[in-house]
Amino acid sequence: MTPAFLYALVGIVLFSIGLYGLILYKHLLRKILAINILGSGVFLVMVALAARTGDAVPDAVPHAMVITGIVVAVSATALALALMLRVDAETGQAVLPEDREE
Amino acid sequence: MNFDNWVPLLIVIIPLFIAVIIFALAEDKIKTRSTLNIGASVLSLGLVGIMLWGVSKGFHYETRFSFLPGLDFVLRADSLSMLFVTLSSALWLLTTVYAIGYLEGSPHRSRFFGFFSLCVAATLGVALAGNLITFLLFYELLTLAAYPLIVHRGTQKVRRSGRIYLMYTLTGGALLLLGTVLLYSITGTLEFVASGFLSTLDSSTHSLLILVFVLLVSGLGVKAAIVPLHGWLPQSMAAPAPVSALLHAVAVVKAGAFGIVRVIYDVFGIEFSVTLGLTLPLAIIAAITIIYASTRALFQDGLKARLAYSTVSQVSYIILGVAIAGPIAAVGGVVHLVHQGVTKITLFFCAGNLAETLGIHNISEMHGVGRRMPWTMTAFTIGALGMIGIPPLAGFITKWYIGLGALEAGHGWVLIVLVGSSLLNAAYFLPILYVAWFTEPKGDWPAEKKLGKYETSLLLLVPPLITALFVILLGLFASLSFSALAWSEFIISKEFLL
Amino acid sequence: MLIDSPHWISIIILLPILGAVASFLWRQHIVKIALTTATGTVISVGILSWQVISNGVQCYELGAWNAPLGIELYVDGLSVLMLLVTAVVGFAISIYASAYFEGNKSKHFWPLWLFLWSGLNALFVSSDIFNLFVTLEIIGLSAVALVALSGGAKAITAAMRYLLVSLLGSMLYLMGVALLYHSYGTVDMVLLSLRTEMNPAMWLIMGLMTVGLLLKTALFPLHFWLPAAHSSAPVPVSALLSALVVKASFYILWRLWIVVFPLDNDAQVGLGFILGVLGSLAIVWGGVKALQQTRLKLLIAYSTVMQIGYLFLAFPLASIMGWKAALYFILAHAIAKTAMFMVAGNILIHKGHDRIADLYSTVQHLPLTIVAFSLSGISLMGLPPSGGFVAKWLLLEAAIVSGQWWWGIVLLVGGLLTGAYVFKVLGYAFIQENSTNEPRPIGISKRMEWTALSMALFAIVLGFIAPFVLGIMDIGSPFTKGSL
Repeated sequence: MTPAFLYALVGIVLFSIGLYGLILYKHLLRKILAINILGSGVFLVMVALAARTGDAVPDAVPHAMVITGIVVAVSATALALALMLRVDAETGQAVLPEDREE
Repeated sequence: MNFDNWVPLLIVIIPLFIAVIIFALAEDKIKTRSTLNIGASVLSLGLVGIMLWGVSKGFHYETRFSFLPGLDFVLRADSLSMLFVTLSSALWLLTTVYAIGYLEGSPHRSRFFGFFSLCVAATLGVALAGNLITFLLFYELLTLAAYPLIVHRGTQKVRRSGRIYLMYTLTGGALLLLGTVLLYSITGTLEFVASGFLSTLDSSTHSLLILVFVLLVSGLGVKAAIVPLHGWLPQSMAAPAPVSALLHAVAVVKAGAFGIVRVIYDVFGIEFSVTLGLTLPLAIIAAITIIYASTRALFQDGLKARLAYSTVSQVSYIILGVAIAGPIAAVGGVVHLVHQGVTKITLFFCAGNLAETLGIHNISEMHGVGRRMPWTMTAFTIGALGMIGIPPLAGFITKWYIGLGALEAGHGWVLIVLVGSSLLNAAYFLPILYVAWFTEPKGDWPAEKKLGKYETSLLLLVPPLITALFVILLGLFASLSFSALAWSEFIISKEFLL
Repeated sequence: MLIDSPHWISIIILLPILGAVASFLWRQHIVKIALTTATGTVISVGILSWQVISNGVQCYELGAWNAPLGIELYVDGLSVLMLLVTAVVGFAISIYASAYFEGNKSKHFWPLWLFLWSGLNALFVSSDIFNLFVTLEIIGLSAVALVALSGGAKAITAAMRYLLVSLLGSMLYLMGVALLYHSYGTVDMVLLSLRTEMNPAMWLIMGLMTVGLLLKTALFPLHFWLPAAHSSAPVPVSALLSALVVKASFYILWRLWIVVFPLDNDAQVGLGFILGVLGSLAIVWGGVKALQQTRLKLLIAYSTVMQIGYLFLAFPLASIMGWKAALYFILAHAIAKTAMFMVAGNILIHKGHDRIADLYSTVQHLPLTIVAFSLSGISLMGLPPSGGFVAKWLLLEAAIVSGQWWWGIVLLVGGLLTGAYVFKVLGYAFIQENSTNEPRPIGISKRMEWTALSMALFAIVLGFIAPFVLGIMDIGSPFTKGSL
């Protein structure tokens, strides 16, 4: 098992943890964090698989993709956090209506 | 592109165009609107006259352009379509005059006349359609354009009627569409051809073709109000009288019946339909419809409801005549398109006059009404007798030809249906005549209005008198070379290759 | 010649972005800037389409870098039609929005919308699966922000849910991109189509990408987020979302399915069957739910759920005619649904509510609006003559030709359900009643009535120009494998 493969595996584990968190946790902050973990999992897979040629110089294209992906993820997180605050302000709880505990 | 290529399109475009202008017109511009309406219907009647002359001389009128890949939008004047076009445009003119009088002072007339013209455009399109896809297009347009007229009064009750009407007609439209696509996938063409275009197909397709026939006829049968698909028609009587008159005596139900005639003659071909064994079941269904609806009519006290069931019954004469699959009966069926239209519109006009002038809606309120409105009741009497089939009125010609044709084709049982139906017709019309002419009025009328110098306003009185006159003339002069009967013989001679 | 310049592909992406920035910076002229940008974008799309129609497929390499490294833009018949429908809908919505929005909301709407437009244009000309991810995110984020624009608990929570769903979808898709790149060393669709082959990893990739994109396209049962988001957004935004945004992810799925995934015809039919079943469920479920709604905007939103179902009926047919039918559905639905949401907007402003049972007398007060509703309803029902009818006809024919007639039945049932809910609304609108306990109706601007009507008329016109439109679909034969 090469280190790169290990990283990729970790990436997939992160992805699964994120998916689990996104579906099961009710609080929006947890959901947003889960999405970020999930995203990091994808990025890790990408970076890890870039090293497919072993000793040689890693492929640069996935790196470029990850950087772009991170930029997107940051803006998405910012938007999500802002929305979460608005949800909290409007409803008094930072959860989606279907998860609300009355 | 010359004149001949444009006339059929022009005939359809005129009412369409008028509809748009009328929608845009302010509610109080009564004069402009009436002028436009009458002008347009006179104009198209003129064009129809030209085409009628041309078709009888063998001219070819066709508008065609590409519509879907492999399918054209075709409007074509052939002898069958001209029969329906002439009927519709002539009755359009009369109904317009009537409607102007009927709706005087009532709200939303722009809307009414707009959709009314739209219905006429759709009916003319149905008549002139040169292939099944064009037919379908106008058939659905008619479904939709008639809806606002049915719900015109805007009450909860008519909303319900409108819903029932749509449930039936939209389902029928879906069946028709399915049948059309299926047919297209088998043949790759949908053009109407005299004596049909399917008989050359391989016999392995026959079971599919039977399915196509069932789909098409049941789709069309909804509008033609074949039992058990007739439920919407009595419901739609909630519409104002001119609507009932034109749409439910002529346009909508006729579109269905006309479509069935088209499918049998110009898609399947009458002989091929017989080969597939399709005509006898259809004739039986038509016969059942005739008897069932006449029986139902007996028990209606509402005048319009009784007329509605009478329509259901009478429209099936057309189908019966065609389905007997003999040339003589076919002439009777096709000519009934005209005869039934003219007769039934007379009756509806009269019913409208009674309702508008005296507030009479039920037969039980008609005691002695013959004295108060003699002209209206005279027209009504002629219409009723025509329906029963008293010689020499129009209805008699129909029944005579269908009966004769049935004997010729070896369907003696049809005579029993004809006699039974005539007796039933007499049983539900004669009591009305008796009550109207030979009994004393029972006090005041439900809601009497003084309209004009005569028994009612002239706009309401003249149209039924003219159509009643036609009921007499169409019967009396049936043997003349330009009568509806002669024209029907001309049509049938092409279909049967006599 | 300016008109022959190869740069129009990039102009249609850059122009809206510049407009977005400009409208953000010079707020006192925001509407003028935005409408100018919209006009410019429409003209550019027009010129590009003209190039494609007269000269065939257009390619463009950004910064003159070649395919594996650089970003290649590619425009064929499918792209052109998506660009054109985006331009038509986008322009109409811009006109409508200029009358609809006031004050503060307008300031946020325009930059976001122009940004979204740029994303859509970029998406439809990209042929690189990573670039598609980026454009999808641009679209997703701006769409979420636009939903949140109307404020209030409902809209904000709907936006929040939409954002989470959208991000999850993108991430699933991106995981697929990562695995594809790892296996085949490229993100270019053309190269991928030559290299992909069936193996367990490929199944995983197909699963991840398909589910991710279906989530964004809101195919039943992944539609749960759509009704709330589409109905609580401001009207021009609802129209954008229903008409264009859900189609963007569908477009990607479509390209993948036809070009990238190594599916032969049997596999397409077999796997397509699952999508076809989901599509059928969407039609029935969406139709029934729409019929049950008491609010007009929610009814229209469920109608979108249903119309998305139609698109997936093309998958099991796997024939060119079926794909063309799906594309015609996209066009017809985009135009008709835009008109319908505009109608809802007019009624909402005029009446102050959109309760269907209280729509009486609308026919008298807003005749043009009701005409627009009826015409767009005709197209959605698939009655002739309309764009919806052409689509329905093609799909019915494709279904019968391929021997899978049952999809045709679903289609007809869908048409009847649509008829039921369209006429439910019309039936109430025709009722005349004089109620005193309601605020006096407000007059609305002519511009809003006429834009709605124009779009509805266009949905009807689509029924007459089918030979021309279907001709465009053949450019570059986008529906044949290995065509890109």
